[in-house]
Amino acid sequence: MSDADTFRQETRAWLEENCPASMRRAVKSDKDQCWGGRNWVFESEDQKIWLERMAERGWTAPQWPVEYGGGGLSRQEAKILQEEMASIVARRPLESFGIDMLGPALFKFASEEQKQRFIPPIVRGEIRWCQGYSEPNAGSDLASLQTRADDQGDHYLVNGSKIWTSYADKSDWIFCLVRTDFDAPKHQGISFLLFDMASPGVSTNPIKLISGNSPFCETVFENVRVPKENLVGELNKGWDIAKYLLTHERQMIGGFGLSRAGSKSTGRTAAQVIGTSDGRLADGGLRADIAAFEIDEMAFALTVERVVDEAKAGQGTGAASSVLKLYGTELNKLRNELLMSIGGSGALPWGSEENATLAQHWLRSKGNSIEGGSSEIQLNIIAKRILGLPA
Amino acid sequence: MALVLNEEQQMLRDSAKSFIQESSPVSLLRELRDRGEEWSPELWGGMADMGWTGIAIPEEHGGLEFGYVGAGLVFEECGRTLASSPLLSSSFVCSALIAELGDDEQKAALLPAIASGETIWALALSETDRFDPAATALTAAADDEGYLLSGNKLHVADGAIANKLIVVARTDAEPGTESGLSVFIVDRDAKGLSIAASPNLDTRLVAKLQFDSVRVAAADRLGDAGAAWRALERALDIGAVLSAAELLGISQEAFERTLGYLRERKQFGVPVGSFQALQHRAAQLFCELELCRSAVLKALQAIDANAPERSRLASMAKAKMARTAKLAVNEAVQMHGGIGMTDEFDIGFFMKRAAAASQEYGDYYYHADRFGRLGGY
Ligand SMILES: Cc1cc2nc3c(=O)[nH]c(=O)nc-3n(C[C@H](O)[C@H](O)[C@H](O)COP(=O)(O)OP(=O)(O)OC[C@H]3O[C@@H](n4cnc5c(N)ncnc54)[C@H](O)[C@@H]3O)c2cc1C
Repeated sequence: MSDADTFRQETRAWLEENCPASMRRAVKSDKDQCWGGRNWVFESEDQKIWLERMAERGWTAPQWPVEYGGGGLSRQEAKILQEEMASIVARRPLESFGIDMLGPALFKFASEEQKQRFIPPIVRGEIRWCQGYSEPNAGSDLASLQTRADDQGDHYLVNGSKIWTSYADKSDWIFCLVRTDFDAPKHQGISFLLFDMASPGVSTNPIKLISGNSPFCETVFENVRVPKENLVGELNKGWDIAKYLLTHERQMIGGFGLSRAGSKSTGRTAAQVIGTSDGRLADGGLRADIAAFEIDEMAFALTVERVVDEAKAGQGTGAASSVLKLYGTELNKLRNELLMSIGGSGALPWGSEENATLAQHWLRSKGNSIEGGSSEIQLNIIAKRILGLPA
Repeated sequence: MALVLNEEQQMLRDSAKSFIQESSPVSLLRELRDRGEEWSPELWGGMADMGWTGIAIPEEHGGLEFGYVGAGLVFEECGRTLASSPLLSSSFVCSALIAELGDDEQKAALLPAIASGETIWALALSETDRFDPAATALTAAADDEGYLLSGNKLHVADGAIANKLIVVARTDAEPGTESGLSVFIVDRDAKGLSIAASPNLDTRLVAKLQFDSVRVAAADRLGDAGAAWRALERALDIGAVLSAAELLGISQEAFERTLGYLRERKQFGVPVGSFQALQHRAAQLFCELELCRSAVLKALQAIDANAPERSRLASMAKAKMARTAKLAVNEAVQMHGGIGMTDEFDIGFFMKRAAAASQEYGDYYYHADRFGRLGGY
């Protein structure tokens, strides 16, 4: 038996024994996801156990090195773990901006001391992070941000405000872009700071979305003292880190284009709700739209797979994150459109924040092509960086 | 299986690219068209020398047994220069039917000559303007001496140049049903068979075949009577996916030529490629082509692996590719402006060939419908 087969068998057996039954159901609402952090209230004992068991093996961050608490798995092993989890519909034990966004940037740009300090609590789900990038006047043109950090000798003093900061009110720490040089060209005066959201001077005001939830906030900083050792990378070189992190964010958001493990296909959902005649969905127009969507959905999933396989084989194009972000989010919006059409008037009811309805998910999905750099921005990046079209 | 090419496959792709660019540039198509010829026997000979005619044929019958991923790479390169040949009909679709349905004797007698490129085969299947294999109505009536074939076949690719035909006929059941179909070997000179060829928009000839009580010996039936469907479906999946691979090459080439033009052509004092309206459309098309590449590769692998989801993947790949090819060639002509509309400029050839290849072995609508049915809706 090959090493991969052995690993698969062992993983399957371990999951079988350790993944609680209630963690093997498709995620239906936000409640079903565990975000961890200092203030996290576990939705169930199973949710807690599942996080602890996975974190102990480092499998919340399967490919991160063991010395920082990660799983130390190869790409291939991580893929096997993912496949085995999908086959029993095991939930991700931890949703985390720390894992999906900050961690990769820390590995590349942070000092050894910073890695030792910040990475293990991310793996264990002890510290929840939020992203302080966007500002009222710096959205797509992120590099024009104005939040300032002034050098006060042993610390920086941070003043300004961020907006659309997802989960700022629930997060423990923030990774934040600040301006440290107002005279330099806009990309060259930005620094990357980490600080505790419990610091004096930090306040958050939740903003309600069209979907009825309030996952994001206006975040205001008034004379927030940030120790100098919390600067990542060099002063005024934060833009490189910001961009690198964004490629990881895009990959994460692009993943929304994949169908959820264990969930029924859009076509089968439609067949169940609307009915079939002669093996075909009874509504011919809708059927054609669903088939077109599912063809793209499958080709997209294969592209995600191919990008990973090419990277492993050293054949990667590197610029794939914009393609995946663009396509994945547009697909997820389309999936939600189709689900609304399948539901008809039955898809219109409004629920609550905890028990969001289809209509609310549909509304939330509209943000996918805005957050993390809008679709138009991704098209700009593809046109310029990949296709080399002139400015 | 990882969605990447292995070293051998990369080598095949590179050699295919240099061969085809050398021996069949787009200018060859133009010359052939201007001379009123459909194909180049020299090119065919070259393809046979390269071993392409035997890529999918088992080694014991004189082939390379290299597999369909490799075949896909060859078709992609052929698509890039619009190389015209009977490769798909003869070496992949007909050979698949013979390999799958033929008995040992038939295989030993027929496959080596396909692998060497010596005999050229065409598949006589369609009877209407829409691809619908189960609708086959041409009848093969059994009698003491074998069968008598009566009916018509349309749009037979390479029918004008093939020495031999595989004819799909009904020996049982009603048109519209998958059962009751049989396949027969028929010589192009058979008595009672008339063949009329005419050119399509892409300059390739398609044949109309009339069968007027054509006598076929029982020994020239491939496989059991009335039981051809499974093998036919596989052969048609192969045809669909390889035509998708050709469309990938056509689309990719049209796209790259267009990008070149966007960088070069100036209006308002700047390259037209600096206009965001065009940049976004080009970027969108790039994404579609990336999806197509994944779809086609996966479907080719599924044929090689004889995977249970082969048919669904084949339909996904052909549907996705047909749709994207249409977008690619439409954008190509539009973004070239007036020059794109001229016969003197090559981009129009891509539009024409894409339209024909999109119909071969089922168009977008056929495959989207099949994809849905196989997906349970
Ligand atoms: C649900 C959600 C969660 C978010 N979470 C976070 C978070 O946690 N942290 C954070 O920092 N930010 C977050 N954001 C903010 C997000 O990154 C910004 O909304 C995004 O970058 C767009 O900026 P904007 O809203 O200012 O829109 P604008 O930049 O004002 O864009 C308005 C419109 O103009 C288009 N546009 C802008 N520039 C161009 C151009 N050059 N070419 C063509 N079109 C253009 C845009 O595509 C858009 O359609 C979140 C946003 C959403 C919706």
